[in-house]
Amino acid sequence: MSMRTTLALATLRRHPARTVLAVLGIAVAAALLLDMVMLATGMRESFRSLLLTRGYQLRVSPKGTLPFDSEATIDGATAIVEALRANPDIKAVSPSLGTTLALPSQAFPSVFTLGLEADVQGDYVLEAGRDMPGPRNGAAAAIPLPAVVNRMFLVRSGRKLGDTLTVAAGIDAQLRTTARSRVVVLAGEGRFFYVPAETPVMALPLQEVRTLLGAEYRDRISLAMAESRKGDSVSVEAVRSWIAASQPRVTAISTETAIRQVEERLSYFRQLAFVLGAISLGIGFLLVATLVTLSVNERRGEIAVLRAIGTQKGGVLRQVFLEGFLLSSAGIAGGLLLGLVTARWLNGILRDFPGLPAAFDFFLWSPEAAWQSLALLLISGTLAGLLPAWRAASIPIVRSLREDAVG
Amino acid sequence: MGDAEVHAVRGIDLDIARGEFAAITGPSGCGKSTLLHLLGAIDAPSSGRVFVNGRDTAQLGDAEATAFRLRHIGFVFQRFYLMPTLSAQENVELPLAEAGLGKAARRARASELLGYVGLGDRRGHRPTQLSGGEQQRVAIARALANEPALLLADEPTGELDATTGEKLLALFGQLNRDGTTLVFVTHDSVVANSARRVIRLLDGRVASDTPRVNG
Repeated sequence: MSMRTTLALATLRRHPARTVLAVLGIAVAAALLLDMVMLATGMRESFRSLLLTRGYQLRVSPKGTLPFDSEATIDGATAIVEALRANPDIKAVSPSLGTTLALPSQAFPSVFTLGLEADVQGDYVLEAGRDMPGPRNGAAAAIPLPAVVNRMFLVRSGRKLGDTLTVAAGIDAQLRTTARSRVVVLAGEGRFFYVPAETPVMALPLQEVRTLLGAEYRDRISLAMAESRKGDSVSVEAVRSWIAASQPRVTAISTETAIRQVEERLSYFRQLAFVLGAISLGIGFLLVATLVTLSVNERRGEIAVLRAIGTQKGGVLRQVFLEGFLLSSAGIAGGLLLGLVTARWLNGILRDFPGLPAAFDFFLWSPEAAWQSLALLLISGTLAGLLPAWRAASIPIVRSLREDAVG
Repeated sequence: MGDAEVHAVRGIDLDIARGEFAAITGPSGCGKSTLLHLLGAIDAPSSGRVFVNGRDTAQLGDAEATAFRLRHIGFVFQRFYLMPTLSAQENVELPLAEAGLGKAARRARASELLGYVGLGDRRGHRPTQLSGGEQQRVAIARALANEPALLLADEPTGELDATTGEKLLALFGQLNRDGTTLVFVTHDSVVANSARRVIRLLDGRVASDTPRVNG
């Protein structure tokens, strides 16, 4: 360790309580800055990550609507899906039909149900049990019909995997009868990406859901997700344009477009995050400037002696600068830890907000943004020592020694 | 000083030869410390010249004067001015580090100097753990770090009791016998008489300049 570093550390240890308090103050400022950066980038990146969870970059919904924005459905879905699959630039297409099925004699009367094709679905990841069969795996023949449900469904229904129950559609409220019903077995538990965690959900084979809903849903879907073979934004946009041109009854939206729309709505959030981040930079700057100034004022005699025994002005400048740098570094290191812990805690609170997809995060670690902001705080804190460092280097030796002797 | 111009020293014409042991004495305010600061290139005269080791220090800029002090001048102050948060060893190493010496060489040199001043076993102690006399010895070791041509001491026994002061003056005598050129300032004529030459100032001028044969 160089003598300069030894002296700087020794100076900071001179008033340990004061140094610790300053470091804690910088840590809080750093944590606030980090959390604001994580919040500003987190919501956008979390949304992007959510949309790209299974690799699908495009959403195809009924003309003029956003995905699951209304109860509108796409008619003639089979032809549309086949046309999309026939495009060599499209790697996979996942159609889905969302509806509410009745649960006779259960703890809750109905469940939000997704009709999916298991082999291409992008709505859940299986976490326990077995998946439902795909359309080519004899889904129709399976009796009872395998279903995948989420954890909330199991909790609220009091059921477990392997249990069977009846789902029904076409309810006649007056006669209290259902037109169609099927016995399903709770084959697997899944984590659904786009459904709020507190909402029970069930996934069944798409064709079975259509059958339950009746003839008018024979060839309908709510949404199709499409994956471009090439993942770059230009290729994705080319596929989107092709869909828009060749399929006039649907609206195709890319992940990037969706994110842009979300970003516009989140601009106020980002402005708030920016202001709070700037405040934290200011706090860090002031803390370091105050402490270093105080330290220099207390050590005028010592600094004069350093100059007297042969330390150049530049050496004194570097010495004091180093003290500011070490102070800032210690605070930022603590702030990084504090910020991550706080973000995790706040994220847990916000994730419980009703109506949010289960997989949505508010605070997301973005290495580039985080390191840039912490580096900015480090530079700010170090520069905060500039004025006191310059004043220290300019201390008149004789006068300071005399003042110190008199004082 | 303030709004008034004060001539701290005037018309001083002095030669101090290599190897001399001189004391500058006089009443308070006579310009003793100012003269010491001029000799040590901490201060510059408003007129005149100050030659140390053949170099006119009055003509040096701040950076050059600082570099000159580092290599050629050693300072000992009345109030010791050790860095309170560094050990004795580290305090002695300070000017060595400034001179660019490597860690191992610094350590060795500092140990040697502390041994020379009789504090070889107190290297790791902080100034607060040392007596006044011991702190002043550390300050002397620090002043000797870069083998200066001239050692200047401003009231070196001012903060010490009589017995400790005598021991310190004995160390000064030893330093001088070992070849160090020593000039110290004191208001105490008894202390001044421990030197081999006593220069008495009065109102900024040399009132008397007396070699002491038995000093």
